[in-house]
Formats: sequence, structure tokens, C-alpha cells
Amino acid sequence: MTLPDRGALSRRGFLGAALGSAGLGLLSGCNALSQREDFVDLLGSVEPLNQGLQRLLSDDRLVREFPARMISPVFRPNGSTDPRTPEYLALKANAFADYRLRIRGLVRHPLEFSLDALRALPTRTQITRHDCVEGWSVIGQWSGVPLAHLLRMAQLRPGARYVVFHCFDDLDGSGGRYYESVDLDDAFHPQTIAAHTLNGAPVPVANGAPLRMRIERKLGYKQPKYVHTIEVVDAYAAFGAGRGGYWEDQGYDWYGGI
Amino acid sequence: MPSIPDEAALPAQGEWRTLLRHRWPLRWMHWINLACMLALVGSGLQIFNAHPALYWGETSTFDSPAFATGSVRGPDGKGRGITRIATARFDTTGVLGVSARSSDGGMVVRGFPEWATIPGVRSLALGRSWHFFFAWAWVINGLCYLAWSLGTRHLSRDLAMRRRDWRAIPRSIADHLRFRHPQGDEAARYNPLQKLAYLGVVFVLAPLAILTGLAMSPQLDSVLGWWLQLVGGRQSARTLHFIAMALFVGFTLVHVLMVVYAGPINELRSMITGRFRVRHPRSETNTEQGHDAA
Repeated sequence: MTLPDRGALSRRGFLGAALGSAGLGLLSGCNALSQREDFVDLLGSVEPLNQGLQRLLSDDRLVREFPARMISPVFRPNGSTDPRTPEYLALKANAFADYRLRIRGLVRHPLEFSLDALRALPTRTQITRHDCVEGWSVIGQWSGVPLAHLLRMAQLRPGARYVVFHCFDDLDGSGGRYYESVDLDDAFHPQTIAAHTLNGAPVPVANGAPLRMRIERKLGYKQPKYVHTIEVVDAYAAFGAGRGGYWEDQGYDWYGGI
Repeated sequence: MPSIPDEAALPAQGEWRTLLRHRWPLRWMHWINLACMLALVGSGLQIFNAHPALYWGETSTFDSPAFATGSVRGPDGKGRGITRIATARFDTTGVLGVSARSSDGGMVVRGFPEWATIPGVRSLALGRSWHFFFAWAWVINGLCYLAWSLGTRHLSRDLAMRRRDWRAIPRSIADHLRFRHPQGDEAARYNPLQKLAYLGVVFVLAPLAILTGLAMSPQLDSVLGWWLQLVGGRQSARTLHFIAMALFVGFTLVHVLMVVYAGPINELRSMITGRFRVRHPRSETNTEQGHDAA
């Protein structure tokens, strides 16, 4: 090297300063962009690609089911774990004896089931992994009625495209209620069940008593707990803020498959 | 300007030539790649912060993470950032676990600090949006790079390891350790360690990052089950994804360091305008490799 040391040092200092200020500029730029609605919409423009790729690759294959020895000691609850809405407290006080699951919307036969009636229907039991959008996973054994069975009993009417789940819990205390939606592909997937049993016992309150959805190819927020009504619709824009679910209304993606 | 001395010393030491080192598609793809990587790392750390712990296996063992950035309340009542690696614990207050909020300097509990995440404020939803958008951009850019490198024979001509490259590894290690930089035409070629680093990033690290990323999808679990079992489960995949990120960052730091040592102005110019200046020792105009003679 023929460079004088001082030159190398100041060159390094200059470069460090340049990189540092470029870094700070980048960060504030990213923060400013994150607050622009049009930019956030641009970021969201890849969602159809995510959905398309996942559908293309996985088709209607089943997710992995695990041996019983892999069941997690605690099925970690998240989000609502103890709903305080009056209608829920009234049912809980009576051990959900008065609970009814309603199926309505674009169906020929609106239906209503008590928990006992649901338990008498065909049951699917599956030991699956629950993946939270936060990043953690637990494994549990779920039993419930395949949603496909319930929807066939109710018979979809023409125009049916989505299934919306209405729940008892008010997650942020704003007076609204948790809700979610999936399309018919996921509604009719064999591992999509309305689960009344976790690890051989009635679903605990923290995990969604008395009935929660298991939609196994989705992240946790797409598998609503405390479900009381399953509504078949042609569009979900009329519910909540119109984006298809509680978390979707807060900016999360609707498909929720990755 | 600190870069001038080498040009000023030019006439006495040899003949300088300017050559086209990187063609325009490569230069564009290089900088697009950098922008995507920065966005992916920043948004990835934002996502990590939603549950700042890593595990090995299929599920999370919340009490015994393999790696976690948490916090405890110290004897003075203030939060301390504690980073755990297996059973070892380190106080990382200020960076990991507990760090300053830029708005008022107050200390807050969070995995990675505000300056490392996109966006700075806590938002898993936005972090995910950034991450998936730039993941697509990065993969498409990477596929273009592969196609271009194959089509122009950049891969086989400039990057592929030849027998003499393997043989030159010990000397290349010695050169790197002594910060001795090749001169003449040799400076315009990739040295064997450089080739291995680039090939490793393109053909090992990038596929690892993509596959471990996809394997975290509960939907793609139905297709990538074999791969998940191979790497040990979904939480292993998440941990490997994180490790791949750390290796990318490590590669980038070394890469920038090498650019600085090799002459940042010349190297940067070669990746911006394509032009690269090499000096041919005057006394050896007709010998093939000035480097060996030295």
C-alpha cells in the first residue's frame, strides 16, 4: 500500500460518517413512508401474490398432524383470554348450557346447535401446530365438527363466497366484537373444524370456550375463539372496518397464511 | 481529498488503465439487492420483536429459549436488558432487551432497538407488510441476477471456482491477513475467498433464507413438511432464518470492510459507473502476472 496513513484514516472517517448519515436518512425515510397510506397500500399489493403462491403450491393438502407425545404442556392463550362482555358472562355462568351456534346468511336452512347437538355430529380429531403471528408455536389436540359438514347441512345459496365468524369477545374494550372471515376454499378444507374439545377436555375459557375455529393453514388470528355465529356472505366489507377481521382492520393481511 | 494521493503518484509508479468492470444490469441488481436486504433485515427485526425469543424444535418452550432478548427490573428499579443465549445471560441494556425511545429518550422494553427496526415504532403489521413486499422484490431481483449471470457467463467466467482457485486459497488467506491487495489485472478479478463468499451467499445463504422463511407459513407446512422435519421443526426454521439474517449482515460488514481496504472510491465507482482503474507495473508490461513475480 502506498497510501499515507493519515489519508487512509480520514478516508475511513469520511466513509463512516457517510454511512452513518445515510443510515439515519434511510431510517427516517422508512418511518415517513410507513405513515403514508399510499405507500402502505403499495406494500400490501403483494398480498395477492402471497395468496396465489400459497394456494398454487399447497392446493388442498393437509397440514402435518403430530403424535400425542408432541402435545405442548400448555396451549398458550393469546388475545382475549377472559371475555367480559355481558352476553358471554351470562352464558359462562351457566356452563354454556344455553349456548347456541347459529349458521345463517346465504344458506337454504339457517341452523342452530347446542353444544350437545354439536358433539353428536361427526367429529374430526387432529393434533396440529398453532402458529401465532408473533412467531411462537404450540401443539394441541383439537376435536370438533368439520365446517364443511355444517355448511353442507345448511346448504349454501348462490353467491356465497365467504364465511364470517362472529365472536363474543371485545378484544380492545371498544364495544366492538372480534370477527374473522375466510373464503370457501378454507371453509371446506378437511382440517377446518368448529372445535369444542382441546386435549380431550372442553375448550377452556382462555382458549375460546365453548367453541373456537381451527383453520389449520392459517395463523392464530385467523382462527377465532368464542364463536357464536357463522354467517355465509358474498362479501365481508359490511363488517367491522370492512377488511375482513379484527386484526385485518388494524392493518394485518387478510389471508394470514404466512 | 484523501483519494488523490494514489492518482498523484501515478506517473512514477506505472501505467493506469480504466476498464469496464461491472456492466449496468449487474450494477443495478447489486444496489436493488442492497435496498431489499436493508428493508428485509429492518422489518425482520421488527417481526422478531413481536416475540423476541428463538427456540429449537417444532414448538416454543417459553421458559427455555435458545436465544431471547428480555428484560428484568434491576435493584435500582430500572429495567435492564438481558440477552440469553442458551443458559448464558448478558446485560445488553441500551441495545437488546431495553433501549431508548427516540421521541423522548425514555427506556422501553423491546428486543431490537428503534434504530434497527422498520418501522422504528412497534408495529408487527407494518413490519410484515414491509417484509413480504421486499421479499418478493429481493427474490425477483435474485432470479434476474441468476438468469443474467448464466446468460452472460458471468457465473462460469468470473465466479466459478477453478482448480487454480482452490490451489490459491492458502495464499489468498495470507494476502487477506496481511491486507495485501492484488495489483494489475489481478485486482479486477475475484480472488478465491471472494468467490467462495459470493457463491456461498448466492447458493447457500439466500436459498436457506428463502426456504426457512417459507417454512414458517402454516399453509406451506402442507408442502414443505419434509423440509421442516429436516431442519427440526417450525421453530428451528425460524431460528435458522434469524441465523441466515445474521450471516448476511456479517457478510455485508466484511464486504464493506474489503471495499474500504481495496480503495473505496475506485470500488464504489466500479459499482456505480462500472469503471475501474487498475495500475500495471511499468517494468512488467509483457509478463502475464505481476502478482506472482512480486
